[in-house]
Amino acid sequence: MSAHSTAIGVSSKRGVWGGGNEPLKASYGKLMMWFFLLSDIFTFAAFLISYLAIRVSYPAYTGPADTFVGSNEYWPVPELVFEAVPFLHGIHAPLVFVGIMTFILISSSVTMVLAVEAGHRNDRNDVVKWMLWTMLGGITFLACQAWEWNHFIHGTDGGTVLTYVNSLNRQVTETVFGANLVVNEYGPASFAQLFFFITGFHGFHVTIGVVLLFLCFYQAAVGVYDRRGHYEMVEKIGLYWHFVDLVWVFVFTLFYLI
Amino acid sequence: MEIQDNKSTLEVTPRNDEKIKKIWKTAGILLAITVAEFIMAFTMDRGILLYALFIILTIWKAKYIMMEFMHLGDEAKPLFYSIIVPLIFLVWLLIALAKEGSDIFMMRW
Repeated sequence: MSAHSTAIGVSSKRGVWGGGNEPLKASYGKLMMWFFLLSDIFTFAAFLISYLAIRVSYPAYTGPADTFVGSNEYWPVPELVFEAVPFLHGIHAPLVFVGIMTFILISSSVTMVLAVEAGHRNDRNDVVKWMLWTMLGGITFLACQAWEWNHFIHGTDGGTVLTYVNSLNRQVTETVFGANLVVNEYGPASFAQLFFFITGFHGFHVTIGVVLLFLCFYQAAVGVYDRRGHYEMVEKIGLYWHFVDLVWVFVFTLFYLI
Repeated sequence: MEIQDNKSTLEVTPRNDEKIKKIWKTAGILLAITVAEFIMAFTMDRGILLYALFIILTIWKAKYIMMEFMHLGDEAKPLFYSIIVPLIFLVWLLIALAKEGSDIFMMRW
């Protein structure tokens, strides 16, 4: 583009140091999205690696999995904490719900890449269609996460008897149901703190992503990008959305598998 | 104000089936790796080996998302390296904090 600069007094043969080069061959907006995502990768990596560090500083539960009881002495086994599914109360279904959530988010990433592909072809109908599917995936994921948090906070029917120092700085022994930032029935306090903090921060990113997807969907539908002459915005929002999926892949492994 | 014509003036190119097929293929790979992780979580003993496999598979998935979905592989080389090379710092953070965590473990228990 700028190679054909028409600025007065500037020769078209300016050479490497004459300015107007595009060594990265990408637009300003796309570059800035990439560098923002790089900084976001560092933020999430710092959280997730801290999770790993705190996790290995606690003993792991070593007994047989079916006799697991929560305790703040050792780190819980994730498949026994995350084992509930909506509408199936009391049924032990380890990791099923989070598997569904992962599937939904990966699918929405696929529909997003299809929207980007349609954008390259200037095909407005396809862009609008795939953006809508992506948005639906994002909203469904958020709804699932809301249920997941709700269940995590309210806990199981039985709860766990724990001895801990409460928020009034007194040591108490009582039955604990669910989780908050002081105590939780599943494991050490930092287990729930990290869960809330990291999945919450990821969920916040998804929320922002859904808002961006909606704006992009709306602009595509009313023909803003046609008038602009290109669909690069779909690509930029797409980068962000794939990043959200990328982070979830790591959250899934560290929180639910390891 | 004149009502704007909402018809596209851009030329729409037809679908490239090969590209779309590749997208679905990548999606299939991601799904297959996730299913494999799932099966491993229930069939293998918990331990360093399983965790190492999980992390390798996760990075493998991340590679597919970044290269195929985010098209990082199609970008100019300087851009590609300016995103990938800084991530080397994370390797150090991982080693440092894993050591820190296990040292705290030794002190506490």
